[in-house]
Amino acid sequence: MRPCVRSGMAFAAILGFTLTVQAAGPSPERQRYLDDLLHEDCGACHGMTLKGGLGPALLPQRLRRYPRAFLRATILQGRPGTPMPPWRPFLSDADVDWILDRLLGVMKP
Amino acid sequence: MSTKILLSLICLWPLAALAEAGCELRGTGDLGVVVERASGSLEFIETTHDRLRGRVEGLGDLSHASVVYSRDGRYAYVFGRDGGLTQVDLLCRRVVKRVMQAGNSIGGAISQDGRLVAVSNYEPGGVRIFDARTLDPVAEIPAEYAPGRRSKTVGLVDAPGNRFVFSLWDAGEIWVADMGDPAHPRVRRFKGIGKQPYDGLITPDGRYYIAGLFGEDGMALLDLWNLDAGVRRILPHYGRGEQRLPVYKMPHLEGWAVAGRRAFVPAVGHHEVLVVDTDDWSLAGRIPVYGQPVFVMARPDGRQVWVNFAFPDNDTVQVIDTRDMRIVKTLKPGRAVLHMEFEPRGEAVWLSVRDRDLIQVYDTATLGLVKELPARKPSGIFLTDRAARTGL
Repeated sequence: MRPCVRSGMAFAAILGFTLTVQAAGPSPERQRYLDDLLHEDCGACHGMTLKGGLGPALLPQRLRRYPRAFLRATILQGRPGTPMPPWRPFLSDADVDWILDRLLGVMKP
Repeated sequence: MSTKILLSLICLWPLAALAEAGCELRGTGDLGVVVERASGSLEFIETTHDRLRGRVEGLGDLSHASVVYSRDGRYAYVFGRDGGLTQVDLLCRRVVKRVMQAGNSIGGAISQDGRLVAVSNYEPGGVRIFDARTLDPVAEIPAEYAPGRRSKTVGLVDAPGNRFVFSLWDAGEIWVADMGDPAHPRVRRFKGIGKQPYDGLITPDGRYYIAGLFGEDGMALLDLWNLDAGVRRILPHYGRGEQRLPVYKMPHLEGWAVAGRRAFVPAVGHHEVLVVDTDDWSLAGRIPVYGQPVFVMARPDGRQVWVNFAFPDNDTVQVIDTRDMRIVKTLKPGRAVLHMEFEPRGEAVWLSVRDRDLIQVYDTATLGLVKELPARKPSGIFLTDRAARTGL
């Protein structure tokens, strides 16, 4: 009984921790950094307003055609055979979630 | 009214007309503009006293905006990413005319005779040509490389003989447009120049057009003195078989850093500046640098080459002494150094530091900082001596 309770508590703790992290997302300072990154550095190829440049537009109506997992993989791993580089060295999972929410219009800028 | 007053009024009238409200009677040789990309504005600068002269707003999306000058150095033509083409008067510090000529653009050029302004467009892909005085449309060159398929155009420059030269990103072609009859450009196509030309440049003498290739190694070179010889590949073995790093910002080929018979170009996907022998276009050396270069700019006398870098190394600038190819200084101006512009005789260089909202001026002899000026997210810096230079 006791081990069961303990593991249940541990599970709840982990669950709670995960939910907290997801709910919190990047800090406000980090969000400002990501916002700059999105418009200035992604914007170098995709246009500062994300309407496209040498790279394609990143507007919600276009991106919603793709599964979220595909978009996540594109950002983190890049797209071989195209100029899209992997952003894994600079972004955490929470960062990518925040960026995807922004790009897909889940969250208003 | 006395005769004296009447006479003085008559004498003063032309001066008054010239100096319209807010306009100045002066030369423009020490003037320029700085693009403020986020706020869609231009900051006017003056290099004699290193100072700001005011701002003009309402120029739209200026990310990746570039500027060319009228041959008299009075008017700046600003090419915005959103397809806006704006003519700005440096003496009156105001917008003279503005047209939305496409949906998505990348740079432009002014013809040798100063009468035509050309704009390179992503959407719809091709080049549009306007009267430099009125901004009225003169001609259009759709980059239709196959039936119904239009390419984004890049690397648009002016060339001697009143020609414009540009590259087709999607098609791997270079086109030369002869503007002898402005309403009917005669276009010569060069196909199969290499995959994904991302930018182009013309040598300062106006003879060679060179396109950088993203999709494969090497660069494509066209001798404008001998078009029949066609395009040939230079630096073909460069990078072959080597691990290329991810590229977070494409290098720029604007300008051609030349010192003697050596040219300095940014490597793509490597922390190197390449040295090219301009006699035979062979690779003469590689200089290891701090990050992936974006701009590689020579001081006008060719003694120094200044280099800035792509994300995540864009807080740094390095200075190379071209006598021995050594890095003589590593500067840390701050995050996002986007552009560098030398004063016409090279005694100073202006830097834009986007994330610090600063323009910095450095003495190129001491390599020391001499001035900091505030600006809103500054990017490109353009001085009026470009008016007299081919390809700028």
